[in-house]
Amino acid sequence: MVQRIKLYIVQNGPLLLTFAVFLLVYFVGAQMYPVMQKPQVFFNLFINDSSLLLVSIGMTMVILSGGGGIDLSVGGVIALVSTASAAMLRSGVSPYVVLPLMIVMGVALGALMGWIIQYLKVQPFIATLMGLYFTRGMAYIISLTSVTIKDAVYKKIALTPIYIPFMEKAYIYPTTLVGPIMLLIAIYLLSFSRFGRTIYAMGNNEQSALLMGLAVPRTKVLVYAFSGLCSALAGIVFSMSLLAGYGQFATGMELDSIASVVIGGTSLAGGVGNVIGTLFGVLIHGTIVSILQFNGTLSSWWTRIGVGVLTLIAIGIQSVTYIKRKHS
Amino acid sequence: MAELSKEIVIMKGIDKYYPGVQALANVDFTLNRGEVHALVGENGAGKSTLIKVLTGVDQPDAGTIMLNQQKINIRSPQHAQALGISTVYQEVNLCSNLSVAENILIGREPMKWGSIDRKAMNARAKEILQKLDVDLDVTQTLGSCSVAIQQMAAIARALEISSAKILILDEPTSSLDTHETEQLFSVIRKLKSDGVAIIFITHFLNQVYEVADRITVLRNGALVGTYETAKLSRLELIMKMIGRSLTELEDMSKLKQESSQHIKSEALLEAKGIRRANALEPLDLELHGGEVVGLAGLLGSGRTETAQLLFGIDKPDEGSIVIEGQPVNKYSPLNSIAHGVALCPEDRKDAGIVGELTVRENIILAIQASLGWFKYLTTREQYEVADKYIKLLNIVTPSPDQPVKNLSGGNQQKVILARWLATNPKLLIMDEPTRGIDVGTKAEIQKLVISLAEEGKSCLFISSELEEVLRTSHRIIVMRDRKKVAEFSGDVTENEVMHTIAGSLTETA
Repeated sequence: MVQRIKLYIVQNGPLLLTFAVFLLVYFVGAQMYPVMQKPQVFFNLFINDSSLLLVSIGMTMVILSGGGGIDLSVGGVIALVSTASAAMLRSGVSPYVVLPLMIVMGVALGALMGWIIQYLKVQPFIATLMGLYFTRGMAYIISLTSVTIKDAVYKKIALTPIYIPFMEKAYIYPTTLVGPIMLLIAIYLLSFSRFGRTIYAMGNNEQSALLMGLAVPRTKVLVYAFSGLCSALAGIVFSMSLLAGYGQFATGMELDSIASVVIGGTSLAGGVGNVIGTLFGVLIHGTIVSILQFNGTLSSWWTRIGVGVLTLIAIGIQSVTYIKRKHS
Repeated sequence: MAELSKEIVIMKGIDKYYPGVQALANVDFTLNRGEVHALVGENGAGKSTLIKVLTGVDQPDAGTIMLNQQKINIRSPQHAQALGISTVYQEVNLCSNLSVAENILIGREPMKWGSIDRKAMNARAKEILQKLDVDLDVTQTLGSCSVAIQQMAAIARALEISSAKILILDEPTSSLDTHETEQLFSVIRKLKSDGVAIIFITHFLNQVYEVADRITVLRNGALVGTYETAKLSRLELIMKMIGRSLTELEDMSKLKQESSQHIKSEALLEAKGIRRANALEPLDLELHGGEVVGLAGLLGSGRTETAQLLFGIDKPDEGSIVIEGQPVNKYSPLNSIAHGVALCPEDRKDAGIVGELTVRENIILAIQASLGWFKYLTTREQYEVADKYIKLLNIVTPSPDQPVKNLSGGNQQKVILARWLATNPKLLIMDEPTRGIDVGTKAEIQKLVISLAEEGKSCLFISSELEEVLRTSHRIIVMRDRKKVAEFSGDVTENEVMHTIAGSLTETA
């Protein structure tokens, strides 16, 4: 039994560590700023970071698939989706047309990048960097300034609070639910579908996965398409929560997202990690932001420094365990 | 089973060209049901190319493949698997991050309500492994298992997923210990009795004799022949593998005779009981100035490992090395260079040549390294050095500024030699210096080795070609199973050395 517990700890070390760090950061915050002990502050983490959670789920899948997998286009897709949808709504297109269209666009952009990576053998870093430039550029072409959204359906979805049962005055918004739902879907896909298991297999060794007869090329395209889907959803959530679209939205979110994924214990080499860790990575990010907000005097750039230090620690632990494993 | 279907695979007249080389020339190969067929030959003989053709990794340029009397075109590894042809590689091609059960069944997992039924999957995997007499916890990750178990999992996968009728084992035993090898062999015998045709590729000849029914020998991309194991003696097999060219170079032996007078009596390098786990059993070795010492033995016998220990790439677990009376206490290539030791590595593409750099730059690399960062050779000095060795070694290049990748293999090899000669070493270790180069250049390099010895340098000459070792060496050390098994003077007969390599002399005597 002790052996099993030990094994569990060793195998899930990075995940447990992330969880512990989250608890610690939140606990310290709650000691410093008693406001943070309110449940609503906890739920605010989900509300404020819903877009980051969404893109990080997609990012986790991409990084897990290995081969230098990375998706730098996520922030750009958010900007493009928000601006394009705002512009379309402004010219009177029905939101019931706009929403599916945006999702299709995100998936198509992701699939295109995946196709370029898989079949034209372009490095993921380059292919998705081009994706970032393209999407952000397109967003500015649509509008150089912020476009406000006045659509009734959007407003309704954005501003209807959902009260949490059994908790006093704690609420979330409908858009907040998208992230956790996608998280559940991702957990299912990664653990219980052939698609997900193929991601882990190719992340460990693409050549082996190919020789095992797994559908590696198709999976790779699908992984980027999934990330595109997550980014499109994040873009919709983003534009709903700000009721606007703008080319400057989510600047640098790709990097925050990569940091969250890595803090969550996913190895940049691929094949190791999961989306639950990513959830905690995102929550840690959000908690640091909250603490700084409650403090009020510190520069918001301390968020970046905090996240940077944590990422460094996470990667340090990963490479140490990796070296240990290699030696044994 | 009807007599008609005794042969499961017939490959006829297979040709395969890669840029610059003919990897297979008119090779025939037949595989029977329920036999273990060993495929042997030295490196570059064409074994792996033949397997690549059979498993659809590469397409043959000529020739036909018949499977069950039907002519087929194997398009891809997936197609080969679908046809029942599976390969288990030396480097296990599975995913170490997944569980044993997943590795066996991924892609074919039992499903329930649209998701993977892990319980059923684990049960199924356990059942398959039990058929192979292997019992273990299939939920543990593959990476935590021994290599032997990983290979069993790979075999189990081959049997389950592609219901393999033909199983190719590519060097499966090279990283297994004796017990694990036995375990694998019992699985092989079991499969054989079930009618699976097995192709077994290995460098370990005793294993060939232990499990194989028939042996096919390849050499330099051509078929030497297929033989019944029982009717082919070990010695005959080695002769067929290594090959002997009858063109004896008389003047070479004369040269060698003359140069043997210059051998110095005191040792230049003395290795005492150097040992490294999984690489080399304790070895004593003495090298003298003016002497060429040949290191003979089959691939994997510990030749390269010896070279790497002497050059300081690896550190011995035990034992000591003394160079010119000074004990070596820091094992690193840079330190070895300082002691006047140089190594021309086995794989020039991977470990020697920097193809993008010019001939001149490649030649001066090692001198520059020994000088350090701050003492930079002037361009004029660089050209002087390069020109000198281009002339001396007869390197065929339009100019010293030609990128090395544009040179032929033989000339690339000479550039590496030049690089180390330029450091003026006292001891030159050459690991397979003549591999993959044409006969003329080979003879040139062999002569060069002897003339270097005449100048008072000590040379350690490693080669798979016995003939070449005999021709150039004053003294020959024979390695087998990571051990030095014998030492001969240079006028030993080829037969005697071959017996020793094969191990029959020491076993009968």
